[in-house]
Amino acid sequence: MAETSYVRSAMLAPQKPPASETGAVHWVRANLLSSWGNIALTILSVYVIYVIVATIGPWFYRSVWTAGSLEECRQIIAETWGEGKRGACFAVIAERWQQILFGFYPKELYWRPTLTLVLMLVALGPILFSWVPKQILWFSITFPAVAFWLLWGGSVWLPVMILVGFASGFAAFRVISNVNGLAGALSAALVPVLWWVFLCNPAAELVQSVLPIGLVELGSDQFGGFLLSTVIGVSGITFSLPLGILLALGRQSDLLIVKSFCVAFIEGFRGVPLITLLFVASLLLNYFLPPGTTFDVILRVIIMVTIFSAAYMAEVIRGGLAALPRGQYEAADALGLDYWKAQRLIIMPQALKVSIPGIVGNFIGLFKDTTLVSFISLSDPMQLVSAIRANQEWNGIYWELFIFVGLLFFIFCFSMSRYSMYLENKLKTDHH
Amino acid sequence: MTVALDPPRAGFRPGMLIYDTRYRSITIQVIFMILVVVFGYWLFENVKSNLRAAGKDFSFGFLWTRSGYDINQMLVQYSSDSTHGRALLVGMLNTLFLAFMACILATVIGLIAGVLRLSKNVLVARLMEIYVETFRNVPVVLWIVLVNAIMAVSMPEPKEFRGEAPTASMLFFDSVAVTNRGIYVPEPLFSRSLGNTDAGIFLISNDLLAIIAVVVASIWGYRRLHRNATTVQNATGVRPATRWKGLAIVVLPLAALLAATGFHLGYPELKGFNFVGGVHARNSLVAMWLALSIYSATYIAESVRAGILAISRGQTEAALALGLHPGLATRLVVLPQALRVVVPPLISQYLSITKNTSLALAVGYMDLRSTLGGITMNQTGRELECMLMLMGIYLSISLIISALMNVYNTSIKLKER
Repeated sequence: MAETSYVRSAMLAPQKPPASETGAVHWVRANLLSSWGNIALTILSVYVIYVIVATIGPWFYRSVWTAGSLEECRQIIAETWGEGKRGACFAVIAERWQQILFGFYPKELYWRPTLTLVLMLVALGPILFSWVPKQILWFSITFPAVAFWLLWGGSVWLPVMILVGFASGFAAFRVISNVNGLAGALSAALVPVLWWVFLCNPAAELVQSVLPIGLVELGSDQFGGFLLSTVIGVSGITFSLPLGILLALGRQSDLLIVKSFCVAFIEGFRGVPLITLLFVASLLLNYFLPPGTTFDVILRVIIMVTIFSAAYMAEVIRGGLAALPRGQYEAADALGLDYWKAQRLIIMPQALKVSIPGIVGNFIGLFKDTTLVSFISLSDPMQLVSAIRANQEWNGIYWELFIFVGLLFFIFCFSMSRYSMYLENKLKTDHH
Repeated sequence: MTVALDPPRAGFRPGMLIYDTRYRSITIQVIFMILVVVFGYWLFENVKSNLRAAGKDFSFGFLWTRSGYDINQMLVQYSSDSTHGRALLVGMLNTLFLAFMACILATVIGLIAGVLRLSKNVLVARLMEIYVETFRNVPVVLWIVLVNAIMAVSMPEPKEFRGEAPTASMLFFDSVAVTNRGIYVPEPLFSRSLGNTDAGIFLISNDLLAIIAVVVASIWGYRRLHRNATTVQNATGVRPATRWKGLAIVVLPLAALLAATGFHLGYPELKGFNFVGGVHARNSLVAMWLALSIYSATYIAESVRAGILAISRGQTEAALALGLHPGLATRLVVLPQALRVVVPPLISQYLSITKNTSLALAVGYMDLRSTLGGITMNQTGRELECMLMLMGIYLSISLIISALMNVYNTSIKLKER
């Protein structure tokens, strides 16, 4: 029998890992100092951070919030912090922030765009988040008319009558499609158009004369600043998605003429800079319309921005369509669904899900592109900034203004991109 | 036994145009076509009657008349006595020059930022993330105007370089001057220049042509040297030394040519109230170039990052398992696959840089839009012709770039079954 000298009868308690393998020290070693190259990078980034903080920190800390001009600002800074010290002059923001937000909208009417913004958030609720009660969707549908009335003012009955047009189309479809599907679809398109062209205005005027309800009417030249950017951006976003979907479907379609038209449309508008389209809107549109017709410049810009963005949108959605396996189309056919039903129930939900990042990226691009309207002398934030900089009191100021405007754009765009990541995560159905 | 008979051949009824799927597509297309043609005709008629009402005709004759305005940056000879067509050419070259410069800088910054964003070093990765998110989410016009403002307001005036104790100094051994009127960099000069060749619409420097010819020849010689070395290696198993020979082939001819033509740098010098000599990059060009590059680089960084993430780790490991050393593994296995993901978005970014050069209006850079679509249009009053040409030129540039992209995409497409 073998001699057993020693057998451990009790388990040893597990030991803690050595101090170099845990905690902050290990983290710093593994992440920041793992190699010579890494050490160099760390030193470089620490230096960069130091320079940024050391420049911006004191500059912010010494900021002046109440002053009448840049001279006065500099004087206050020199008196408080000593000669030669630099500080921010946010007094310009304190003095002009309303102008940058609302443009030349009358001061006493600021409640209208503010209310519109709040209502817009309410209307967006059920579209963006599933936990918001679905009944609010009815409000979302009427929101464009409400926003139009609140922002531009005038008689309440015109937007109401425009909405009645949509309702009439829907009603006509409901009634006539029971008799004949095709006639139903035709009348759904024809009835509202006839209504808007011939009856809408007289009806609105008639009701207005009986029951006058209205707000002070404002012209488009009084729109400016972020109000203008948001009006153009949000309308462009709203209209470009459906138009983009139609264009993408047209490009994927078997109908040769429709397909080639869509290809020409998409490539044509993608191939030129937006700024040329805006110039077309402001200079050339009169050539293409019957003599004597004029229409609102903001509307023209919205149309151009929508078309431009829809061409990009179409390509993004086409990518989503192409990513779908062929079997999905075949399955839809096998179920006996017709083209539109297949698109609505099977193809589009999947294709749109795949293209969410691209679509939102497009929205962000569109919103940023609204700054280009300053080139056709609409007073968007950039235009207002240059106006303020050209002003005698504020001549020579730039960081403060650009930080303010940039920050507002950043908040808008960054939250859109975060929302798209949230949505992607929520809709993710695969298991890896 | 049952026999399947052909269905009875019904005659054609008009209703089938709508209810029969065989004919419906034709009906839809015909109706669509008619609508498009009617709409197009309506636009055409409107234009005709509007032009007639304004007493204008439609002609491009103005391109051959005297322009009468100056352009402050030109790559080919131009004066106010030149034609509008010539101004268009100058503007187009300025656009392409700016786009080219911005594409290069944006690619460099984008590559660095994209790679660093994936770095294990948290500090660097975070910094790059902040850079990307900040610049992408703010309109490019703002960056352009901001850089222009920084250049114009914060940079020293030329007079500050003067005197016993100047408050500003030139960079890089007194060769580069950054002033509020732009940046002055040394220019290449040839004391025994070979002169110029007249290439029809512009002059080409013979020195430049000679340099290009010598460089091309050197590269050809260098590759030939390496091919020979490989042949020898395959035959004998010993690779002849090529390093010094290769270096000599690349460097010597060029050095000889530069010496022969008397190549030297012309440094900017302060004379009177301004710098003289050197190449003067105006604020507008610098602002456009930097802002466009830094802005577009964020998009390039994102696609580079996506490209690197798309290559699964197994690919690198498999290449190493095959015995390739890390450099070869990257070159032969990882890079080709990553490029397939990175290049298409990269090229569409180049496309958008080219289109974004039209924002030059914000800082007064004389690009195509400012010459043809700006001063020429205002002087001649021919909005229709100018805008059509402007859009046509941008469209052609875009279509050429996307055609190149398609060629590339087809060539790198996965060859499956």
